[in-house]
Amino acid sequence: MLISLFITCYNDTLFPDTGKAVVTVLERLGHTVEFRAEQTCCGQMHYNTGYQKEAVPMMQHFLKIFRSAETICIPSASCVAMIREYYPLLAERTGDRAVMKQVQDILPRIFEFSELLVKKLGLTDVGAYYPHAVTLHSSCHSLRSLQVGDGPARLLKSVRGLTVAELEQSDQCCGFGGTFSVKNPDVSAAMVADKSRCILNTGAEVCTALDNSCLMQIGGSLSRQRAGVRTLHLAEILASTESGDRG
Amino acid sequence: MRDSILTRIRATTKGDSMARMNEYSAIPRLYRQRGELDSTQRVALFMERLIDYDAAVYRCSEKEISETVAQALRARAKTGLVIPSALPKAWLPTAFEFIHDENFTYEQLDQSEGVMTACAGAIALTGTLILEHTPASGRRALTLIPDYHLCVCFEHQVVETVAEAMALLSTSKGRPITTISGPSATADIEMTRVKGVHGPRFLDVILVAAAEA
Amino acid sequence: MSVRVGQAAQAPSYPDAAKDAVMNPQLRRNVKHATTVIRNKRARVVGEMPDWQQLRDAAQLIKEHTLRYLEEYLLQFEKACTLAGGTVHWARDADEANQIVADIVRSHGASEVIKVKTMTTDEIQLNPALEAAGISPIETDLADLIVQLGEDKPSHIVVPALHRNKAEIREIFLKKMKLNELGDTAEALTAAARTYLREKFLRVKLAISGANFVIAETGAVCVVESEGNGRMCVSLPEVLVSVVGIEKVIPTLRDLEVFLQLLPRSATGERMNPYNSLWTGVTPGDGPQEFHVVLLDNGRTQILADEASRETLDCIRCGACLNACPVYRQTGGHAYGSIYAGPIGAILTPQLQSMEHSQSLPYASSLCGACYEVCPVKINIPEILIHLRGKLVEGGQAPLSERAGMKAAAWALSDSRNLGIAQIFARIAQKPFEKDGVLRNLPGILAGWSSVRDLPAIPDESFREWWKKRERR
Repeated sequence: MLISLFITCYNDTLFPDTGKAVVTVLERLGHTVEFRAEQTCCGQMHYNTGYQKEAVPMMQHFLKIFRSAETICIPSASCVAMIREYYPLLAERTGDRAVMKQVQDILPRIFEFSELLVKKLGLTDVGAYYPHAVTLHSSCHSLRSLQVGDGPARLLKSVRGLTVAELEQSDQCCGFGGTFSVKNPDVSAAMVADKSRCILNTGAEVCTALDNSCLMQIGGSLSRQRAGVRTLHLAEILASTESGDRG
Repeated sequence: MRDSILTRIRATTKGDSMARMNEYSAIPRLYRQRGELDSTQRVALFMERLIDYDAAVYRCSEKEISETVAQALRARAKTGLVIPSALPKAWLPTAFEFIHDENFTYEQLDQSEGVMTACAGAIALTGTLILEHTPASGRRALTLIPDYHLCVCFEHQVVETVAEAMALLSTSKGRPITTISGPSATADIEMTRVKGVHGPRFLDVILVAAAEA
Repeated sequence: MSVRVGQAAQAPSYPDAAKDAVMNPQLRRNVKHATTVIRNKRARVVGEMPDWQQLRDAAQLIKEHTLRYLEEYLLQFEKACTLAGGTVHWARDADEANQIVADIVRSHGASEVIKVKTMTTDEIQLNPALEAAGISPIETDLADLIVQLGEDKPSHIVVPALHRNKAEIREIFLKKMKLNELGDTAEALTAAARTYLREKFLRVKLAISGANFVIAETGAVCVVESEGNGRMCVSLPEVLVSVVGIEKVIPTLRDLEVFLQLLPRSATGERMNPYNSLWTGVTPGDGPQEFHVVLLDNGRTQILADEASRETLDCIRCGACLNACPVYRQTGGHAYGSIYAGPIGAILTPQLQSMEHSQSLPYASSLCGACYEVCPVKINIPEILIHLRGKLVEGGQAPLSERAGMKAAAWALSDSRNLGIAQIFARIAQKPFEKDGVLRNLPGILAGWSSVRDLPAIPDESFREWWKKRERR
């Protein structure tokens, strides 16, 4: 299958290894990955912060670039949620029927990375090896908007050598919320303090999730505490094998 | 003030009687309308809920009501109760004093030993007694101020679901209605549930079996 | 018009108020404990319901339908209530409502009134208005009593005194009820409240209530409660005044079957709350012989006019969203500066005030969606929060530095070449703050982040640069 990767602006800039891991896993499974270089951003940050007008051209740019893509893979649940839940509203806002149709056309072809593996490709074992204790944080968008259910957990459980540590209160928000963490730093810090306490209680070495935004928040807190626990996107765990251990 | 508010509302909303009624009746109601339990299960569930609420529950046939009332009153060490005007005389055991509520003051009600009434219905799922304030249940103050309430409920009055109960109440013609689901309670102090704040702290229910045809 | 939501217009911003709340261990502990208890109870009784989603669907449709025909339903209610002997008043704003209530109380020469829980009267600040008119309002809900005697403010919709623990409550009661001795258990404290209030229930001739629902078809008013003080206030006095927001109306008695299932399970995690009182106008020989309803606008018609956020008015005040909210549970309700706190407060409070005040509230959310999941009437709170943020930005309320930053970001994200340039620039700009792959002590708006977290340094090579190299090979 030809899979078109939408890397997302923040993964592109801050977490390129996640993108490389997605490519590694999909190629290992025998698929071809393409990367349309003109891509930029889904517009979530602007949309969520109240700059909906500014998000319109970003949406239109996205629609234009991926119009002809059969299958679009996005390693970020929050960006997928933006597209699924808010592109229809944003398109309505333009009043342009053509745009509204483009959005309806593209939605069935959009997959968050774990959704692509579990729901589209029907896989939970992708041949990964990662001999560490790992706990899974269920990001809000993946849990409530995408309703990925136990897909990510099943992917994790199929990784050879990996021990899964169950996270208490895994459905509690990590406190990032994009600009929320900047506008409400004290509450955001309190929320991540609770989250990191739960993570440390699991005894895991690594905390993983479907969103690097959450992992940036959680990892930033754990790193500041010198807690000795790190964060890693699920794709990077799934990319890991005996020969190319990313540990 | 009234016109100004109505004008503002009118500017934003529709307002056509026919359309309104059609739209209202077209609202899909896919929630449970009817229960599935048979009468024995329904009554059993209702009793389970009442016992959960710390109510004493007695069961008897229609002929045995007055002696069961006597039993309940002896268990609570009562010598008599205040009653609403239309409570059936046949329910009243002679060894106790029953006084009709003829406009007692609130202080007098407060000093009474308790009250006995009929009820308008009951909901098994939620353990709810429904009082319609007719002469058989008395004015609202009557079942509110005394500390003990003895309620007679016939098994055929017990429905399973809230929806079935509301259907019955639609015929109540503007009389006040009170639903009672356990004793009053509060969890306002450190989330510790404390029962018996205001309202009767002691509730007994006599469940009367349907008369055999 | 003087629309008022308590003292929200003068309250500090949420981030400022949160700073203190977050540093108060007693408060945080109480809030977490209370919200966790109710959340778990709710989950259990909701889990019992095979038709929970269908109930939510019906509730949402009934409420939305009612708002579309609000004028007709309000007029229907007015007619039926009046026919049954009630008097219906209409108040455009807080001042008008307070005037109406004070006039009624004064006309009876009363100097005391008993009140049953109603956030609506807190919204319009009725108590200070009554006190200014020489009338003493006595709160009879245990939590509101605690708050009133403690000269404090409520911090939760359903459990307003959750920020107080037993020891504090005991102190307040000893002092204000003038007691010589008092136990320290919840039972002893509750018993003290019962005795203190009972004397007033039996004696005071005038009561003020709110209403959970008013029925258009029959003119009935419904009060949902647990303690029994509601029953006391609505059926013992001679005169009753109910202050009711115009959005409380529902079409028929039958509709209660939906809401009386959703409300108790969502609010207190019970299959049914202890007492519901339903009455219509005046009933000879039973309860108040003079009954007034004050229908209140106070900014609601403003919300009605905005189709994108009108569903805010569907709210049945269950408080489930507060219990689910990871932001609320860190600070409690006071930090929102409004009687309406938590997720619903974040959308209702600013909208009632036409977005002129409480502008930090729509941002007091990480958009996690937990509130939407538990809302019995399916209000899409995250969507409305985003809509309100948009209104603030369009209204020019965003700070200049933010607008500039967003503009710069929009430029960078508008095409891939700009993005490449921005990435290069960012890599250079980070240098002074970078050490061992981590950024610390960032300036400006990122300082808040930096004070408690590290930030990963921007890698030397972006994904797209890596891919380009790979392609060339």
